[in-house]
Amino acid sequence: MNFKLKDIVPQLITVLAVVLVFGFFTYNAQVNMENRGIDFGYGFLSQESSFDVQFSLIEYDGSHSYFRAYLVGLLNTILVSVIGIIFATILGVIVGIARLSPNYLINQFAAFYVEFFRNIPLLLQIFFWYFAALRALPLPQDAEPMFGVTYLTIKGLFVPAFIWQNFNIFFYSLVAAIIAIIVIKTHAKKVQETQGKQIPVLLISLGLILILPLLSFLIGGVRLSFEVPVLKQLATTSFIYEGGVSLPPELIALTLSLSLYTATFIAECVRAGIQGVGKGQKEAAASIGLTPNQVLKLVVMPQALRIIIPPTTNQYLNLTKNSSLAAAIAYPDLVLVFAGTALMQTGKAIEIVSITMFTYLTLSVSISILMNWYNKKIAITEK
Amino acid sequence: MSKINFLKPDKENLNTFLYLGSFLFLISVLDVSLNSFFSLNITGFLPGFLSFLLPLILGFVGLYFIRIELSGNKKLDLLNKNINTNNFNAVLSLLIIFIIIKSIPPILSWFYIDASFAGDSKDVCTGSGACWTYIKVWMRRFMYGMYPNAEQWRINLSFIALALLGSVGYFTTDRFKKYLTLYYVVIYPFIAFLFIFFFISGGPVFFDFSYGIIAAILSIILGFFIPNRFKFYYFLIVPFTLYVLLKYFIFYEELIELGKLDGLNWVETGAWGGLSLTFIISFFCLIFCFPIGMAFALGRRSGFPLIRYISVGFIEFWRGVPLITVLFMSAVMFPMFLPEDFFIDKLVRAIIAISLFEAAYVAEVIRGGLQALPRGQYEAAKSLGMGYWKMHIFVILPQALKLVIPGIANTFLALVKDTPLIFVVGLLEIVGMLNLAKTNPEWLGFAMEGYVFAAIIFWIICYAMSKYSYNLEQKYKTDR
Repeated sequence: MNFKLKDIVPQLITVLAVVLVFGFFTYNAQVNMENRGIDFGYGFLSQESSFDVQFSLIEYDGSHSYFRAYLVGLLNTILVSVIGIIFATILGVIVGIARLSPNYLINQFAAFYVEFFRNIPLLLQIFFWYFAALRALPLPQDAEPMFGVTYLTIKGLFVPAFIWQNFNIFFYSLVAAIIAIIVIKTHAKKVQETQGKQIPVLLISLGLILILPLLSFLIGGVRLSFEVPVLKQLATTSFIYEGGVSLPPELIALTLSLSLYTATFIAECVRAGIQGVGKGQKEAAASIGLTPNQVLKLVVMPQALRIIIPPTTNQYLNLTKNSSLAAAIAYPDLVLVFAGTALMQTGKAIEIVSITMFTYLTLSVSISILMNWYNKKIAITEK
Repeated sequence: MSKINFLKPDKENLNTFLYLGSFLFLISVLDVSLNSFFSLNITGFLPGFLSFLLPLILGFVGLYFIRIELSGNKKLDLLNKNINTNNFNAVLSLLIIFIIIKSIPPILSWFYIDASFAGDSKDVCTGSGACWTYIKVWMRRFMYGMYPNAEQWRINLSFIALALLGSVGYFTTDRFKKYLTLYYVVIYPFIAFLFIFFFISGGPVFFDFSYGIIAAILSIILGFFIPNRFKFYYFLIVPFTLYVLLKYFIFYEELIELGKLDGLNWVETGAWGGLSLTFIISFFCLIFCFPIGMAFALGRRSGFPLIRYISVGFIEFWRGVPLITVLFMSAVMFPMFLPEDFFIDKLVRAIIAISLFEAAYVAEVIRGGLQALPRGQYEAAKSLGMGYWKMHIFVILPQALKLVIPGIANTFLALVKDTPLIFVVGLLEIVGMLNLAKTNPEWLGFAMEGYVFAAIIFWIICYAMSKYSYNLEQKYKTDR
């Protein structure tokens, strides 16, 4: 062992400084809490919360525990993130491809969209949609139905609910279809590698994913009916729709602004990825006789995805973190329900803020780990 | 004259197709324009659906006729190449043209024609357009927050002075160019701090901050006289020690007195707000997050495992949590971690929180630049006998920072766009002031105008910053 003083001392000093700072903080926290008569502990999680949440995916009211409130907030955060991610991806990919279009009008339009939404703070956009744009919607009693059954009003979006019978059979049929597709895909790859024949995988998969669920309707006794929202009078001038699924305006404003904002970044990732594939690659692929479609599918996209996916995941992560801005318009997400209401009621600042931060940290660290694994998997092995 | 096949436009009948196609295309545009500007529907006699689609069909046929490859007419070729390469593109182009024509009148009338500008009460806003009177009346609040009207010249004067001092870099002669870095990194922030401390605040707001800044400046100046081999330890120990010494052995009342200028009233930070607060916060966070981020980027690439782990932990922690929870922490949790008599102003706490948060992002960006440098640069510097600090300051960092200009600019843009979040700690910059003004009973119902106004301001700031960073990138681009 060859320890050098020069190597040890800086590390020791740094660690000492960190430990000192943390020690100082912990000591102060203890003294402060003693003075104010607060005790530290996570026991409050099982106590009755006695506050209500407007919008919740699971059953919840004031008689449930704080932990249940935490779950409500977490699920709402996840809900808004997932919807936002789906829309942002669709929009981002379209705009990203549009920016590469040879059509001058289209790429300028896309560029305008990106420059416009990227340079305005997200919080301002959320406020704009929630306080200005969505407030211009009609009241429930004046709303015109869309497609006959959907109502977009100032009190939210009311859509019909699906009511399934024997949903599990439908679900199994879907799973079976997906498994079958995977099997066929691996088989097709094997056939192509050994015999050079190509099997039309796409057609077969499309057929499978349509036919198997359809069969479940015909044979398996799956029934689907709709529950249509119906206008109901609460007071003389106050109306609301009942039945069906109602999405609160907060959720609409939040997903709208999150996806419009994040889509600009995803569009830039997509554009960079497709531009990042060398021209020589396309020319080489064309020169060995691949059709334009094959060039795109077999040569350009696999390489472009390698560039696109890591930054895009980062954007997904950003979207999830940005969904915490929900607190500003009172959408009951993790921050509002837990770090807001629950904190006010219990006064357990350290515990609650640490749980909230830890939750977000777990989300992002797990996604980064997944990302690193993926990066390693697809990385080009260089000699 | 050969026979004309209308399904296949060709070069021989170029003129026929050109006139016919342009005519149809112009008719379609004219129809939409008339409809949009004068709400005339010249195709109203047709059934509804057809009347709606007619411009699209006419325009499509027109564009189809003029799609003649290598026609010899340069303008036509250019047009075809840019908006009319195939059917799909033609439809999209038409749709975009129609959308633009359709959207001009309502936007224009809302913004200008039907908008009200005059007057100073809600009564003048009767038109269907925007009520810019609202912005006019609330302008001072949007710009300065609750800062007293009589004292606002202090903010103006400070900002003008700082802008002038900041533009020094453009006017220096070559002789002084080498001092510019020192000026911008040490002297300029210090001057800015003094302005805010003495002038905008005029009171004991930043006293705790001032210890830190004085300690930093003193230790940097003393640092020039320390031999190289001890510099690391020096900078590890001395600034903090100086800070503690200043804090506990020099009475801060004296500094409070120092912070007061005769004849200036103290304006506490709770009253600061509006766009000026956005600028103050962005400015200080920008100054602080850069060195912190650089330190952690170097720490993450350090050869000492313990320092590396600590840096990684720091960076990943801040990058993993949303800013709003960080601000929550600074608002409710951080005071618990401090001694009881120790008070830090909430603006300072917000600045610290945002700086640490953005520093983690800056660190990752700079690390990208450090990793992108070829190993030869490190080895060459080492072979010249340079130590760690000399190598990084003179060889590695200048090149790495050049590489990451776009990334750093993006981080700073994100920082500016994140400032509205300080509503969490109860500070109201421009977006916060808008929300406050919106709830004023005398001015209900003008949320849209306010948000549009703020959006325009932020858009201009951010767009200008991104264009400037692009210029910088081009300027410092060196071929390697």
